[in-house]
Amino acid sequence: MDSSRRRILRLFGISALALTTRPVLNAFAKEEQTTGAEVVIKEGAKSLKARQWAMVIDTRKFESEADLEPLIEACHKIHNVPALQNKNHEIKWLWGTHYHNAFPGKAARFLAEKVEHRPFLVLCNHCENPPCVRACPTKATWKREADGIVFMDFHRCIGCRFCMAACPFGARSFNYRDPRPFIKETNNKFPTRMKGVVEKCNFCAERLAVGQLPACVEVSNGALAFGDLYDPASEVRELIRTHYTIRRKQILGTEPSVYYIV
Amino acid sequence: MKSKALIVTGVVIFFLIVLFPFWYMRGKAAPVPEVELTPKAKAAQKCVRSTEYMKAEHMQLLDVWRDAVVREGKRIYVNPEGKEFNMSLSNTCLDCHSNKAEFCDRCHNYASVRPYCWSCHIENPKEKS
Repeated sequence: MDSSRRRILRLFGISALALTTRPVLNAFAKEEQTTGAEVVIKEGAKSLKARQWAMVIDTRKFESEADLEPLIEACHKIHNVPALQNKNHEIKWLWGTHYHNAFPGKAARFLAEKVEHRPFLVLCNHCENPPCVRACPTKATWKREADGIVFMDFHRCIGCRFCMAACPFGARSFNYRDPRPFIKETNNKFPTRMKGVVEKCNFCAERLAVGQLPACVEVSNGALAFGDLYDPASEVRELIRTHYTIRRKQILGTEPSVYYIV
Repeated sequence: MKSKALIVTGVVIFFLIVLFPFWYMRGKAAPVPEVELTPKAKAAQKCVRSTEYMKAEHMQLLDVWRDAVVREGKRIYVNPEGKEFNMSLSNTCLDCHSNKAEFCDRCHNYASVRPYCWSCHIENPKEKS
């Protein structure tokens, strides 16, 4: 009786062992197959590169909100930015604002009439020291080492909105509702967002990757300049050298990369 | 041991309920779905990788693509044959496979997986343009 029980247990043990060998062998065989293939992942040959992308906005060339409209339209169209009427739900990548809103602390009691009535194009400043990045708990937003763009990973965003609280420029918007029904014309080449993620200007990283300048720069007729802040020969540096420029809320030390010629 | 009959009946009923999906569907397994290829996908003959690889590993491939594009800014994928692809779900994958209902959904429904790729990525680049 005793010995037969032992024999049966041994038989079970050996059978169990035998059953496990096949999957293990299969796994080994499969691994060899996949490592045999050589795959390369690389950047596009035409991609534009910079140490820190920067923009110079010549505000003298914009007289009214209507002058900003084509730029905003171009940006919002290619990035599938929804047009929500409710101010609380609004999504903005690029928009116009008054001098005293764009540059609080710089607005004197009495201002030159031109400046007071001129619209100022505002967007994410792609700060060199971005407070939004420090606030993000999931690294869904970060400063790209390669070109200084403050980028968003919509896949990783959990919608906590800490970045929105941290951004001193109000450059980030939150999708309080599904944006899809509010997109007038969908650009099929760019994804939309979903309810519950934050979004903002990405300096057209998807266009830079294929050798194109940002959409707003392209349609600005020279009012916007774009280039590498650390290349002394770049167009932006040339403009900064030859014109008096200001930046938004410079005193906060975030080092914005968008310069304004006033 | 007076309630032996009762217990046995209880156990039998218990097993009947627990094993309901098995005896109810006995002999009529859901048919394996057949995916349909668009003419464009058919003409291309080969996907980014071999069909077997794509069947088994497309989710890992897409995960690698996503990380490479979004996190590292690298957008070009060179497959083992040396052919280059733009790593984009909307612009590369769904350009050929523009029939989500007959291609993606059939298998996903069969396997009972619900990927939320399409809540952002536009499912049919051609139809809506």
